[in-house]
Amino acid sequence: MHDVAHDESKAIYFWVWAGLIFLTGVEVGLAYEQVLAPVRMLEVLLVLSVVKAALITLYFMHLKSEIGTMRWLLIISVCACFALMWIFFFPDADRIIHLGVK
Amino acid sequence: MATVQHVVPQDAFEPSLFGTYSKKIGMWLFLASDSLTFGALLFAYSYNRIANPAWPTPFGKESIANATVMTACLLSSSLTMVLGVLAANRGDKAWTRNWLLATMFFGAAFTVLHAMEWTRLMGEGMMPSSNPWAATVPQFGGTFFTLTGMHMLHVTIGIIYLGVIALRKKFLPILLVLWLVGWLATPSGSVFHYGIHVLLIGAIVAAVVLFLKPKDYDAHDVEVSGLYWHFVDLVWMFIFPLVYLMSTKI
Repeated sequence: MHDVAHDESKAIYFWVWAGLIFLTGVEVGLAYEQVLAPVRMLEVLLVLSVVKAALITLYFMHLKSEIGTMRWLLIISVCACFALMWIFFFPDADRIIHLGVK
Repeated sequence: MATVQHVVPQDAFEPSLFGTYSKKIGMWLFLASDSLTFGALLFAYSYNRIANPAWPTPFGKESIANATVMTACLLSSSLTMVLGVLAANRGDKAWTRNWLLATMFFGAAFTVLHAMEWTRLMGEGMMPSSNPWAATVPQFGGTFFTLTGMHMLHVTIGIIYLGVIALRKKFLPILLVLWLVGWLATPSGSVFHYGIHVLLIGAIVAAVVLFLKPKDYDAHDVEVSGLYWHFVDLVWMFIFPLVYLMSTKI
């Protein structure tokens, strides 16, 4: 049976926290500069958010320490659902703009 | 009274498919389903954001600074939570409680800052069905309040959950006092005058759990509550950029 003890030391959690704060700073900086078009900005922010979510899930939620069956079942099932939404809905939202629908 | 003794031979049960205890698997399954709820709300918001060129951008420097501090509060609460889990694993009850209380403090700070942001927006005339910035985009208020309100509800439930784990029955009077003070302190027309009743409902549910099944919560319980808390933090990592940073007025 998998125990609750985890291998990571305290230091790694502080590093992950610092990394998350840094990435948040990058996001806020991008918002202040406003050099990207809305759709491009959305894509960049989503990538940064996915990186932050991965850090939280793998280290803070200890998914990294779980056995492969659990880790991959959770990751694949959730990602598959989001991919369906991404593939079908976002291009349609972008298409509406180019069709000139008001 | 005679009792039936069941003799359970060793290896009678198969080992868990996921190699861990059932409470944790249950929480992971709940979080997977909850992530789809938030996913749907986030995609609804983002879809509308992209499809409406006239989408309002009401978040100025003050709002972004406020939301950045809120984000820092949640990230710091995740750090204190994971330190609490570590303390629970080494059997240090005092530090487990201290770290959980620190997590609750950061969570409460997040909720208060968020409530102030809501109050400011409603003061400017933003409602679920209308907003003063773009009359052609009435869905802005509805999608914003639904998404951030759902998240605020999750944070509040998380604070109650951690309070029960950290303080057990001692937390009930604290929760009731907070509810009463919040109810009396908020104006009767305010949405928070009604929203504060979440604390009363939480106190009733917590009392039922604590009195029907009193127990000392162990490291497993702390770890499972931590999973929930980190998930709340994780969801905000998407709400903050999609809602606030995509609608800045700088």
